[in-house]
Amino acid sequence: MSIKNLDQLYRSVIMDHYKNPRNKGIIDESNVTIDMNNPTCGDVIHLTLQVDDGIVKNAKFDGEGCSISMASASMMTQLVIGKKVDEALQAAHTFSDMMLGKEVDDTMDLGDLEALTGVSKFPARIKCATLAWKAMEKGVGSDSE
Amino acid sequence: MLNKEIRKHFPILDQEINGHPLVYLDSAATSQKPQQVIDALSNYYSLDNSNVHRGVHTLGNRATEGYENARDKVRAFINAKSTEEVIFMRGTTTALNMVAQSYGRANVGEGDEIVITYMEHHSNIIPWQQLAKEKGAVLKYVNLEEDGTLSLEKVREVITERTKIVSIMYVSNVLGTMNPIKEITEIAHSHGAVMVVDGAQAAPHLKIDVQLLDCDFLAFSGHKMCGPTGIGVLYGKKELLNNMEPVEFGGEMIDFVGLYDSTWKELPWKFEGGTPIIAGAIGLGAAIDFLEEIGMDNIERHEHELAGYAMKRMSEIEGLSIYGPLDPGKRAGMVTFNLNDVHPHDVATVLDMHGIAVRAGHHCAQPLMKWLEVSSTARASFYIYNTEEDVDRLVDGLRIAKEYFNDVY
Repeated sequence: MSIKNLDQLYRSVIMDHYKNPRNKGIIDESNVTIDMNNPTCGDVIHLTLQVDDGIVKNAKFDGEGCSISMASASMMTQLVIGKKVDEALQAAHTFSDMMLGKEVDDTMDLGDLEALTGVSKFPARIKCATLAWKAMEKGVGSDSE
Repeated sequence: MLNKEIRKHFPILDQEINGHPLVYLDSAATSQKPQQVIDALSNYYSLDNSNVHRGVHTLGNRATEGYENARDKVRAFINAKSTEEVIFMRGTTTALNMVAQSYGRANVGEGDEIVITYMEHHSNIIPWQQLAKEKGAVLKYVNLEEDGTLSLEKVREVITERTKIVSIMYVSNVLGTMNPIKEITEIAHSHGAVMVVDGAQAAPHLKIDVQLLDCDFLAFSGHKMCGPTGIGVLYGKKELLNNMEPVEFGGEMIDFVGLYDSTWKELPWKFEGGTPIIAGAIGLGAAIDFLEEIGMDNIERHEHELAGYAMKRMSEIEGLSIYGPLDPGKRAGMVTFNLNDVHPHDVATVLDMHGIAVRAGHHCAQPLMKWLEVSSTARASFYIYNTEEDVDRLVDGLRIAKEYFNDVY
C-alpha cells in the first residue's frame, strides 16, 4: 500500500529528471536572473533566462533541493524554452491548477510534467514542485512589463 | 526507560497514519498533549472562564487563582526565588524579543558586543541582529567544536569587557548538544555581561534550576513540554526586571493612567499588557504537574537512553550520517541525520507513508546548516511517550527509503 502510494509521487520520469537534470547550469548571456527559495525547507533555485522579442530563447536552473523541486525545475525549463512569454505564463497557470488537483486544459501539451500530477495528493510537497515555476513567472513577468 | 503506559495518556498517539500506527518523532517541534492538559483547558473554559485581576465576581476569582497558581507552578519548576520573576508570554520567541527590546535597547550602545553561537535557533539570532543594527553594536559568534559542542575556551576568547549580553541555547534543537550554561554564565558575569538562556529545548527534557545556573534571563515555550501552544515563560532576575521598561502598553499592566503619563503595575504584571493567556497558563500548569509526576530526572535519563539506542541502531544503516555529539550522554533526545544523497524531504515523505513523523528542513537554524555544510537535514526527536519500538520502526522506514531510492536511481 505505502510503496504504491510512493510510486504515485515518485514516478520514474521524475526520478530521471532529478538524476539527469536538463538545462542545469547558468546562462552567461542571460537577461533575466531570478533567485528564489523556500524559507521553510531550504530549497533554493537560481534561474537564468534569455528572453528576446517576447520569446524564451533559453532557460537554465541551478540550485539545491529535493527530488520533486529539482525535477520540476528541469521539466519547467524544458517546457518553456522556445515558448512565447504569454505561453510560458499560461503553462505556469496550468501547472498551478494541476497542483491544486483541478481539471487542466488538455489542449496544452505538458510533456513530462504529467508525471507530477501525483504531487497534488501530497499537500506538504506542492510547494516543492511550484518553486521553479514561481521563479519563472516572476522572471518573464518582470521582463514583459 | 520510562513505563510504556505513559503513551496511554496521549490520545493523539492512538491512531493510524497512512495505514500504519502513528510513530511521532517530531516532539522537538512540538510535543503531544496528555489528556490531563486537554482536560485542564476544557475545564477552564467549561467552568471557570472569566477575565483575571479585575472582577469582583466568583468566576473572576477562580480564573485569577488558576492563572496565578500556574505561575507558582512555573516558579517551582525552574526554582525561581519568586513569582515576580515569572512572566507569561506567547513563547520563547516573544520572550527573547522582549529581552532584546527592553533590556537590550536600554543597556547596549555603539561598539558594545552581543555574543551568541553558531548553533542558535533563528529566534535567538534575529532579535540580536536587529538590536546590533539599531545600536551600532557588534554581534559576535562563538564557533563550535568538530562534534558540535561548545568549548569554554572559545567562549572565553569571544566574551570581552565590551560584551553586554551573552545569549545561548541550553540544548540545541538540531545537534541535541547540551551546553554548559552554568560555566558560560560565570564567564559572562566575570565580564559584567548578562546571561540570557534560550531554554526552549531544555525545559521539556531536564531539570532547570535558575538559581544554580545563576542566569539572568531564561525563555521557554509551553507547547514543547506537553502544554498548549501560545504560552511561554520569561524568567528574569527581579533586580533586572524592576529596572526594565515594558514593551507593550495597555490594560492589565498599568497602575495609574493620566492624560499624559502613566505608571506601571508591579512585577510580574507590568510586562503582561492586555488580557493574559489565561487558559494557556493553566494548561502549562497542568503540563508541569504531569511532568513532575514522572520526574524530570527520569525524563532526562529516558531520553539519553533512547537517543543512545537510536544512534546505535541508525548507525547500522550504511550511508547514514548523524550530526552532533556522538556521545549520547552529551545530547538530548534527538538525532539529526542525512541518508546518503537522498534529500531529507524525500526521506520524510517515505517515512510519513509508513506512519512515522519526522522533521525535514533547516530547523530554523540556517547559520548552523552552513556550519554543517548541508542545506537541510532530517531530525527524529523523542519524548516521554517514545519507545525502543518506535526507534525500530524508524530504522525499518529508513531502510525502505534507502532501498526505494536506490532502486529508482
